[in-house]
Amino acid sequence: MWKGETLVLLGRSGAGKTTALKLINRLLEPTTGDVLVSGRSTRAWDPIALRRRIGYVIQETGLLPHFSVEQNVGLVPRLCGWSAERIRVRVAEMLQLVGLEPAVFGRRHPRALSGGQRQRVGVARALAADPELLLMDEPFGALDPVTRVDLQEQFRALKQRLGKTVVFVTHDLREALFLGTRIALLAEGRLAGVFSPAEFLNTSNPAAAAYVAAFSLRDPRFKGSEGPSPIPEEMTE
Amino acid sequence: MNPGEFMRRNGSQMLALTSEHLGLVGASMLLAVGIGVPLGVLLVRRPGPGGAVQKLVLGFASVMQTVPSLALFGFLLPVPWLGARGDRSAVVALTLYALLPVVRNTFIGIRDVDPAVREAAIGMGMTGNQLLRQVELPLAMGVILAGIRVAAVTSIGVATIGAAIGAGGLGEFIFRGVASVSNELIMAGAIPAALLAIGADTFLGAVERRLRAVR
Repeated sequence: MWKGETLVLLGRSGAGKTTALKLINRLLEPTTGDVLVSGRSTRAWDPIALRRRIGYVIQETGLLPHFSVEQNVGLVPRLCGWSAERIRVRVAEMLQLVGLEPAVFGRRHPRALSGGQRQRVGVARALAADPELLLMDEPFGALDPVTRVDLQEQFRALKQRLGKTVVFVTHDLREALFLGTRIALLAEGRLAGVFSPAEFLNTSNPAAAAYVAAFSLRDPRFKGSEGPSPIPEEMTE
Repeated sequence: MNPGEFMRRNGSQMLALTSEHLGLVGASMLLAVGIGVPLGVLLVRRPGPGGAVQKLVLGFASVMQTVPSLALFGFLLPVPWLGARGDRSAVVALTLYALLPVVRNTFIGIRDVDPAVREAAIGMGMTGNQLLRQVELPLAMGVILAGIRVAAVTSIGVATIGAAIGAGGLGEFIFRGVASVSNELIMAGAIPAALLAIGADTFLGAVERRLRAVR
């Protein structure tokens, strides 16, 4: 991986995307081989210290339900032993960064937030201890399409500003093309290839081509200017 | 004898026996929670090979509940030091009774914490201890308290039997009432015991609801 890049792990369900991600923060340990973080095998790292140095964003359920937004965002700094004042300032800063007003949202609990707001809090939490590396496991997967696009755009802008290194798991090709600097395609637990977004669309790699074909980008069902009819033909008679 | 007359004669004794009763229940509940909660946590963390330890401990606690209470009090009498005083045996017997709901609910409460939440906490870099104190116990607290509530209400009732082995408490009135065929005496024991149980149930229920609301 290169510093500052966004590597997208793309693949179908069960392809091993999340497994690959969890190997990085040692929620899983490799049975063979090594995963290197900052040039050191994850097995040589103290897992607790390793995880506190890596930001981790998880789909939907990742926030602690009994913690307020402030407590969730301040979690890793607190675990790292920051002073209360420093945490307070940092939490407010992070919430501003993801577009949530600290005075309005700080005291709320996750269940009092919308899905999009929860994901913003998740991103704020992952960034709070200022990690160099960010792991994101389908962070926008459970959101409605409009909110998803919204958050994708904001995340891309944020990413360019902060210059973090990101590993991003998704099964959504559009998301991969939009956010990724490189796309690693996983299929059945193996790496099928690594592509730039432009390469991905034009490669002859069968797994990538199949992925592209399956998406509406080249879906024959979407051919023609009128688009697909929402009503099946037999019902229009 | 009308109730007013009865209270004038026995009021102070009723108060003394009620406080004895509360002492028995309070001491046994402290022990049951002090032993039961850590034990429940341990069962989740170290279920033993194939969950053998888990089954053994929960099985033992279940069996304790099936022993008739009078028999359990009696069994403890010949035990040295314990049997020397009725209240000691009574506290131990009540603790054994209260253990099952406390251990079981602690076990279930912690086991059923959403695995995704647990993994998120670990992924943030929590140690095992932090996970337990900051995530698992707070999230399981409603269920654990429900167990403590059941244990407390049961104990208040069972503790009346303690009078049979000289442990004191409101059972004194009941046993004397049975012996002398006096409904007044029986009620003098039974009514305060029932009120205590209702009070404990209401109080712990309110605490439980509060904690669940926070989740």
